[in-house]
Amino acid sequence: MSTVLEARGLVKKFGEIHAVNGVSFAIERGRCFGLLGPNGAGKTTTVEMIEGTLAPTAGDTLYLGSPIDAQFRRDAGIMFQSTALQDYIRVREALQLFQDFYPESRPLDELIERCALGEFLDRDVQRLSGGQRQRVLLAIALVNDPNILFLDEPTTGLDPQSRRNFWQLIQDIKAENKTVVLTTHYMEEAYELCDEIAIMDHGRLIAQGTPTALLEKHFDNAIVSLPAEQVPDRVDLHPARLQRRNGLVEIFSGDLDTSIRQLMDQGVPLAQLQIRSRTLEDLFLELTGHDLRS
Amino acid sequence: MIGLRRFFAVLGARNREFLRDRMALSWNIILPVLIVIGFAFAFNSDDDHLFKVGILGQDDRATTFMETAYTQFIPVTDLPSAITKVERHQLGMLVDLETFRYWINDTSSSGYVLEKLMRATDLRPEKQLVSGEQIRYVDWLIPGVLGMNIMFSSLFGVGYVIVRYRKNGVLKRLKATPLSALEFLSAQVASRLWMITLFTCLVYAGTNLLVGFRMNGSYLPLLLVLLCGTLSMISLGLIIAARMNNEEAANGLLNLISWPMMLLSGVWFSLEGSPALIQQLALLLPLTHMTTAARAVMIDGAGLMDIGWHLMVLTLMTVVFMTIGARTFRWE
Repeated sequence: MSTVLEARGLVKKFGEIHAVNGVSFAIERGRCFGLLGPNGAGKTTTVEMIEGTLAPTAGDTLYLGSPIDAQFRRDAGIMFQSTALQDYIRVREALQLFQDFYPESRPLDELIERCALGEFLDRDVQRLSGGQRQRVLLAIALVNDPNILFLDEPTTGLDPQSRRNFWQLIQDIKAENKTVVLTTHYMEEAYELCDEIAIMDHGRLIAQGTPTALLEKHFDNAIVSLPAEQVPDRVDLHPARLQRRNGLVEIFSGDLDTSIRQLMDQGVPLAQLQIRSRTLEDLFLELTGHDLRS
Repeated sequence: MIGLRRFFAVLGARNREFLRDRMALSWNIILPVLIVIGFAFAFNSDDDHLFKVGILGQDDRATTFMETAYTQFIPVTDLPSAITKVERHQLGMLVDLETFRYWINDTSSSGYVLEKLMRATDLRPEKQLVSGEQIRYVDWLIPGVLGMNIMFSSLFGVGYVIVRYRKNGVLKRLKATPLSALEFLSAQVASRLWMITLFTCLVYAGTNLLVGFRMNGSYLPLLLVLLCGTLSMISLGLIIAARMNNEEAANGLLNLISWPMMLLSGVWFSLEGSPALIQQLALLLPLTHMTTAARAVMIDGAGLMDIGWHLMVLTLMTVVFMTIGARTFRWE
């Protein structure tokens, strides 16, 4: 596999604040690379530096081995976190406008069908619902048939149904062997779409790898949860660890058989016991010590 | 170099945006027409009741005549300009006591009455007849109002709009495409120039239909004045638009530029009697050149040669402003 985009030691300072503090990674062709982290972690700043829309304080980005240039502008499709279009523009006109910027582009009819824009083609962009708007912005990002697609929190604020639909669109794009860079604070989204993820916090990368590899590396255990009132304070479990949260007792155990036997021995009712495997959400908590959205 | 497809794409998009913004559109047409109509009526009545006589020099024989009631006697020093005022009905009569001659306009009713009044006294200077239609305040005001409208439309239509694009992220999105800053800016300038020219013609025709004003010159020099003037103002707008990212601040700055310019450029009243410093200062403002040149064409029938230097100054200003604006421009 060949490297499409490489970030080398990116730093961005706003005044005295280090929004991004030395971030490096490489993105392989045809992969979906997810940049994860809570709000304020530096995801957007990082992605804007690799898109070439924000100049880094230090470090650089290479696209196909050379610094970002006109070639990159023609090859990249970008969907910003809050892309604005001018006032009084209709969906079809917006697509046409952006199509005219590129020497080569995809047929509009195909984009309209793929992103399901047919119903509101002649509507003012300002009067679209959140999901419709995101689909228009995705279509605009795809207008030049990009080799690399940047999506900055594309489903933030969408309802679950629209989010699922949007994921399907991205899956289709991935199927065309395009490289996708996705930032999100939804772990489920990253798990669903990304081949590789990098987790950011406080302007640094704190973990990187495929979702499964990261989970395997950091967790050798499952989580057993029980209603808090059913578990005595002085319950004795070895070698598991206990955590009380949101009315539940969560038991992190590397050896489920032993832990469950110990609970039964101590007379804890197991009727409401739940076992789940670890998610990226847990990984994030484990790595940063705080919730993703806190 | 400029990609024509990209240039025309932005030009078309901006034209549509402007034409669909009904509020701004009505503002661009209705306001100047209302101003002109308002002033046409406001200044129609008062001046006619009062006779105005220009007096050059002094002579005791004029004493009785100069005691005539309801008549204003204005000392003048420059004979040619005073004669022009008689031609334009700004003076009902002019009496030169040094060469003992008087001028009246053969189409002016007040000239006729004043002549009778003068003959009733002992004063009998030699009669000189001039002719010429009355210049009403509204005739004088029209070029100023057109210029003012162009100024506001240029400064805000480019300055404010691009700052708003920058603030809400439109420029950021455009920056991420192959569109160059030069293509973007020239399309903005072209769109605004085209729209302003179109709407100025509409306002011109509309006010002419409603109040009917003088146009003594030909249309080509007038059009050139308006085009050069518009370009210079748009370029000034580009300087404001180059870096700012705060709409309110841009709005304040644009007002700070446009209001003094409106007052100092002789849109509403002539700067003839103002201190020399003010007059010098006014020459630094594009609106002064535009209004003065447009008045020269419309009222005095001036040709290209007569207004040449105003056109040159406006072009020079355009080049300077545009260079500064384009050089300092940042997408973000």
